[in-house]
Amino acid sequence: MPTTSPPDAGLAPRGAGGQAGAAPRPARDRDAAGLGRPRAAAFVTPALLLIAAFLVFPALWTIYLGLTDYRLTGLAAADPQMVGLDNFTDALKDDSFSHSLGLTLQFVVGSAVIGQAGLGFLIAWVMRNRRGALRRLVEALVLTAWILPSSVIAFLWIALLDRDDGTLNAALHTPGTAWLLEHPMLSIIVFNIWRGTAFSMMLYAAALGNVPPSHLETARLAGASGWQQLRDVVFPRIRGHILTNLLLISLWTFNDFTPFLLTSGGPEDKTEVMPVFIYKLALSNGELGFGAAISVLMLLINLVIAVVYMTLLRRRKEDAPA
Amino acid sequence: MADISMAALTKVYPGGVRALDGIDLTIADGEFFALLGPSGCGKTTLLRTLAGLETASSGSVGIGGRDVTALPPGRRDVAMVFQDYALFPHMSVSDNIAYPLRIQKVPGATRREKAAQTAAELGLTDYLDRRPGQLSGGQQQRVALARAMACHPQVFLFDEPLSNLDARMRLEARTFLKRLQRELGVTTVFVTHDQAEALALADRIAVMESGRIRQLGTPAEVFRYPANTFVASFIGSTPMNLLDGQVAGGRIDVAGALLPVPEGLEEGLAEGEKLVYGIRPEYLGLAEGPAEGALRGAVRVVENLGSAQLVTLEGESGFVQAVVDEDRRLTPGEIGHAVPRRDRALLYRDGELLNRAPAESGPAGRPGEGEAA
Repeated sequence: MPTTSPPDAGLAPRGAGGQAGAAPRPARDRDAAGLGRPRAAAFVTPALLLIAAFLVFPALWTIYLGLTDYRLTGLAAADPQMVGLDNFTDALKDDSFSHSLGLTLQFVVGSAVIGQAGLGFLIAWVMRNRRGALRRLVEALVLTAWILPSSVIAFLWIALLDRDDGTLNAALHTPGTAWLLEHPMLSIIVFNIWRGTAFSMMLYAAALGNVPPSHLETARLAGASGWQQLRDVVFPRIRGHILTNLLLISLWTFNDFTPFLLTSGGPEDKTEVMPVFIYKLALSNGELGFGAAISVLMLLINLVIAVVYMTLLRRRKEDAPA
Repeated sequence: MADISMAALTKVYPGGVRALDGIDLTIADGEFFALLGPSGCGKTTLLRTLAGLETASSGSVGIGGRDVTALPPGRRDVAMVFQDYALFPHMSVSDNIAYPLRIQKVPGATRREKAAQTAAELGLTDYLDRRPGQLSGGQQQRVALARAMACHPQVFLFDEPLSNLDARMRLEARTFLKRLQRELGVTTVFVTHDQAEALALADRIAVMESGRIRQLGTPAEVFRYPANTFVASFIGSTPMNLLDGQVAGGRIDVAGALLPVPEGLEEGLAEGEKLVYGIRPEYLGLAEGPAEGALRGAVRVVENLGSAQLVTLEGESGFVQAVVDEDRRLTPGEIGHAVPRRDRALLYRDGELLNRAPAESGPAGRPGEGEAA
């Protein structure tokens, strides 16, 4: 794409002048703040230390644990042995791991990709031309579900879905239906949609504000239906927002532990999504080493999800006109 | 074929703003029609109501004899070119032009052929595969025009068609637009706040103010006989001099200067009556010395217009502007005597024009059938 290259080309001579013989990368040479390297480093160090202590170290420690037979109690707790990649190969062969992974995918696709993103977009689209009390009310309600603490929300939903005195049973005239036992996965999916739609709604509302009205009106004048307007004008325009949103909510939902507060992974293991599975394995069963190995696998899955979305996003940038 | 008629068209926005206040207007088939006015006068609302993008509060709109008041935009058979051209950035020029055809489910091959054909008419053949972002403003505008033309609508609607172009490009595009409209012969309504643009392009102009049409006429009529002081001050690249005066002995007394009464208005003026005397700067000549029937004032500002100079005189009647020859030497502070051209002077009583436009008012710029509405 010729139109994207000029900025770089324009900077190149300056870089070459300052650093003879080196590759024309001007950024390294330029010191925008005028601090000098030592002082600049001093400013960055505290943040780097915090990241190292709370992010890098635990991650490395988890990888180390994953290579041992470390347990919460007993002999292996006192003297963990290196077992190499046994934990990882065991996990990949383990049925309960693949079962949990399948549940997690259901949970992510159902509640985040379809539920939150779909409902969020729908609300944003319906509200796009509205101002005033109704819009504020809807936004306030949706946001409330988003900002309340998980423990509070979980309690509310347990009360809602309760078999004997639950609000839902009263509303639907279905006394005695144990929603969390009879439809456990559906329950946590609906719960998570309700809980997390606000983010998608806010993001899409902002994105829709960027769609020029004249583009929609051009489509309307051509006779485009509502769906055609979405397809031809709106989606191409907000594709980046959609992908960013899907990336974020997929990762959040993948790592979400809140379903545990509703179902504790049960009945049996029907809602044992990945974080719950690891929690039970490592802390209830005490298999810290095995749990750590699965945590690492989960991290890798997250990474794959992120890479897929980022690739799609990058393709969009290359497609986009200058 | 496709004339446009509006009857008692009214648009009231929520909140009580009356954007259109009982507009009655007929636009003839093939006419190039301008809606002109300052911002907030309702001209854009009128255009959007024609397009169906706004729903009229009351009144009716007809296109080609068909009542379209209740029809959605897509079924009115009109095409609109927006101020920002509204080209879809993710589609190639070809796809943009063919977009209305795609919505009409025209097969792909026919569509591409039609787009290429329309693009060729507008000199866009080399750009068919480009994205709008890679085109200049003028080219983008032509793509938007091509998109409007591709589906052969009955009516074109242009919203400020030239305002996004730079000054030089604008003149070029103006000539181009006028020629294109002549060739296509499609009824065209455009909105502009630029009086020069309206005068140059339109066959007829409606000058609007706060939701009402203040004058309707050919560019020559509107320029030479502005029906009221609002139109008089709005039309013209240099605003008209509107001077308070009084009838005194068969002449108009403007702050001591006795100016002759415009032709044909000698009758019906009461002695001592207060009037407004209107004269365009172009029709004020600067006399060599003190002269009879001249406005006297000190030269305050001289603005070079290239082939002429715009002189602002400050006299007892306030500021008076005159356009004088480029060779005339003027120094600020010197006393000037501005003599109006009698056949171009206008008189306003209570803001309304007294002069009668002659039946045949100059060259009417209408092509083909000449019957005005």
